Amino acid sequence: MTFSAFRILKEGLTGNTGWKPHWRDPAPKQDYDAIIIGGGGHGLSTAYYLAKNHGLTNIAVLEKGYIGSGNIGRNTTIVRANYFLPGNSEFYSHSLKLWEGLESELNYNVMHSQRGLINLFHSDGQRDAFVRRGNSMINQGDDAILLDRDGVRQHLPYLDFDNTRFPIFGGLLHPRGGTARHDAVAWGYARGADQRGVDLIQNCEVTGIDIVDGKVTGVQTTRGAIKAKKVAIIVAGRSGQVAAMAGMRLPIESHVLQAFVTEGLKPIINHVVSFGMGHFYMSQSDKGGLVFGGDIDFYASYASRGNLPMVEHVMEAGMTLMPMIGKARVLRSWGGIMDMTPDGSPIIDKTGIDGLFIDCGWNYGGFKAVPASGWCMAHLMATGQSHDVAKGFRLDRFLTGRGLMDEEGTGSQHNLH
Amino acid sequence: MRITCPICGTRDRREFYYQGAALALERPAPDASPETWNDYIHLRENPAGLTRDLWQHEGGCGAWVVVTRNTVSHEILATALASEVKKGAAK
Repeated sequence: MTFSAFRILKEGLTGNTGWKPHWRDPAPKQDYDAIIIGGGGHGLSTAYYLAKNHGLTNIAVLEKGYIGSGNIGRNTTIVRANYFLPGNSEFYSHSLKLWEGLESELNYNVMHSQRGLINLFHSDGQRDAFVRRGNSMINQGDDAILLDRDGVRQHLPYLDFDNTRFPIFGGLLHPRGGTARHDAVAWGYARGADQRGVDLIQNCEVTGIDIVDGKVTGVQTTRGAIKAKKVAIIVAGRSGQVAAMAGMRLPIESHVLQAFVTEGLKPIINHVVSFGMGHFYMSQSDKGGLVFGGDIDFYASYASRGNLPMVEHVMEAGMTLMPMIGKARVLRSWGGIMDMTPDGSPIIDKTGIDGLFIDCGWNYGGFKAVPASGWCMAHLMATGQSHDVAKGFRLDRFLTGRGLMDEEGTGSQHNLH
Repeated sequence: MRITCPICGTRDRREFYYQGAALALERPAPDASPETWNDYIHLRENPAGLTRDLWQHEGGCGAWVVVTRNTVSHEILATALASEVKKGAAK
């Protein structure tokens, strides 16, 4: 089933009775060429590109809940390519290009809105750092514009420019940055994979990974054993537990990241605004809700709910930056489980076990990576070689110390990212 | 979340700095293999459930505390001074 203007007109005139489910609900077969554990954004895009780019269609995606029930359906939807370090820079650049063609690629309205992202700075030193970042973005082929104080004022007149602690000196505008509809991204990839023959198997939790003589042979699930010579672990915050089924320990600690949304308001915030010094960022959804968040809660947790000190901190940072939002009422908040690596950068690699692949460590930035992560993971699974733009995402970089990608410059150690 | 400091009693989580897995108490010898050091610095059990981690009561007495807690429910099951735990392990 695809969407078109004609189809919408026809359905409108016939009582919308012709719409069908977007994907099948198949029972698992006994064996597949490849199994993807995890039906989130990254798992679905991996399945889609395995089928589309590499012609591998005898694939199952195993999801313990339902499609879209994890972080892909609960995030602040920001899409950007403003990374600084080689390794990250080319990857996110590739991802943004995929985003820009995603709606026609998937025939699905993911509401990708390149409304521009503005990172604020508050001192001369920070300005210098942002100039450097902007130049590296331009060198990568992406866009960056340095705004002075008046430049920021033209875009965001409602900020507290003369804040005593963090007066606004300017901002780095990334015009191609923006937001997208998170659920639609999952649904679009799910439908695209399903149409190409991929089995999306929901309510199917993996309980074991079968390994014989150092080679993966399949998985055990709550819906029976399934054989496959290639298995990919793409389970975000649950990476540690699934990897443990294969006897692996990962350089990952799972933390909770909270986000918040207010009641729907008239349009006021036209960009994505980030206030790094306060660990705060905000955009406004097309429904009108202010969508905002801050830093992780900063201790290992699987609770899927946040702690109050971080709620307080985020609200304070928001009020510091734009006092007018104090009148808005918070409608809901949620906490997602993030797979945090020591250097804050992800992993797309083989493991020490033949046929077992891993895609994890997306920290708090996995959403914008969904297209390129799937693209590169599919490339790795199909060809056995890392894709050019994901060569830096090695699992062994922590052991060797080579190629660490510490964007924040805080050191490659847990609890610092 | 409230954490019981063995010296000061039950205090708000905000008074504590989180260091990470209590693995930090088992520092390898300086000449241990790179694999051992990688295990120690980077690799984690990352359990969903019972865990032991190190917190410092930085907004209080400054003591390092080993906290046994549940990462799913946030329940704190036990706390002990890191110095005592380390002494106990050395015996």
